[in-house]
Amino acid sequence: MAKVSKPKSAPGIDMTPMVDLAFLLVTFFMLSANFRSDEIVPVDVPASIAENVIPNNMLVRVTVDKSGRVFYGIAGKEDTKKNMLLRMSEKYKIPFSNEQVQEFTKLSDIGCSMSQLPAYLSMNEHDRTRFIESSVGVPTDSTNNQLKDWITAGRTELLAFGEAEYMAAREKNIDVKVSDFKPKFVLKVDGNADYIFAKRVVETFRDLKENNLSFITSLKADPRKTEH
Amino acid sequence: MAQIQESGGQDHKGGKKRPKRGIPTVDMTPMVDLGFLLLTFFVMTSTFSKPKIMSLAYPPKEENKPTDPDKPKVNNAITFILSEDRIFYYENQFYPESNKEGKPATQLSETNFGADGVRKLLTDKNRYVLEQKAGLDRQLRGKEIADTTHARILKEKKGDPQALKVLVKTDDMAKCRNFIDMIDELRIAEIGAFLPSEITASELELVRAKTKKD
Repeated sequence: MAKVSKPKSAPGIDMTPMVDLAFLLVTFFMLSANFRSDEIVPVDVPASIAENVIPNNMLVRVTVDKSGRVFYGIAGKEDTKKNMLLRMSEKYKIPFSNEQVQEFTKLSDIGCSMSQLPAYLSMNEHDRTRFIESSVGVPTDSTNNQLKDWITAGRTELLAFGEAEYMAAREKNIDVKVSDFKPKFVLKVDGNADYIFAKRVVETFRDLKENNLSFITSLKADPRKTEH
Repeated sequence: MAQIQESGGQDHKGGKKRPKRGIPTVDMTPMVDLGFLLLTFFVMTSTFSKPKIMSLAYPPKEENKPTDPDKPKVNNAITFILSEDRIFYYENQFYPESNKEGKPATQLSETNFGADGVRKLLTDKNRYVLEQKAGLDRQLRGKEIADTTHARILKEKKGDPQALKVLVKTDDMAKCRNFIDMIDELRIAEIGAFLPSEITASELELVRAKTKKD
């Protein structure tokens, strides 16, 4: 009869391959993924077959959420944002403290009227979230189109910044395209938002003679490619 | 390697015999914990695909431009009117009830966003460009033409009078996804000339009548 061997102690498991696996996955995720930028409101963008990648910089972005509220933000350097705010502050005769300007440069998007902005910037994180829930967004009415002024201010500052960058690149004899240094205008609309709200934003852009607009979409399969 | 140390297995066999000590072992369990903790963090905070952008060129706004009454007759055109998840369309020009030309009043037809709906309609109507493109694609695959030539000729063909021209209008019930889907369908059908434009009052009336009925 075969000798039944008594278990000696708790069976040991070699954890090394598991460590290998875990760190392999960590490395993969670190390298392949880009961080989710903090969105002011959740927006479920529609899918399209467009494959152009969104630029990281030089971006004027208008967000339209599900209920049609409009949010505005630019992707640029802190100085650009600061100058944009100072421009708006001058136009609307609303002063901002240094702390408020500092806070503003950290924000990605704003969703309130100019008169509410100083108070919004002084709020803490928790109050801001609550404020946004009840906010109506940036006013876009024809009588008080603050979005238009924001876009104008953002466009001016981005253009100035882009021009300086372009000159610097030219001096270094880097072969550059002018179009890379021009601000892009993107709309991030929720698929379930009524189109009339998006249209109002589009018309605002067109009033400012910005006719090349882009919609942010998620990718879906192109039926032309799957056919073959 | 990294076994959990088995202690006490052979201790009873005599004081002198110690358990075999080979290479010193390290307990890997906390490292696994750490690894998976980091993994969870990265999975939660990252998005995979970078968002894509769909570029659209709107026509410049011309202020106070009077609508030309003698504007050339459009042919080979189709106008889509989007309502909530429904598509209405009519071909060529819009004729209101009892028009001067004595043409029958325009009726709206309906289609949907399915593959058999608007996609089939557009590919049928835009057959000319699609056939040209198929020919060009074949030439490109056979290395008869360069890809820049391919792109140039295709662009020319899209602007050809025989190519379908499309107007996209929306009523107040249309959702953003309807508009994006429509633009997508136009891209799929290789339509070069399309224009998002304003709905007219008489068109809106027709759409209202259609959507109210059911």
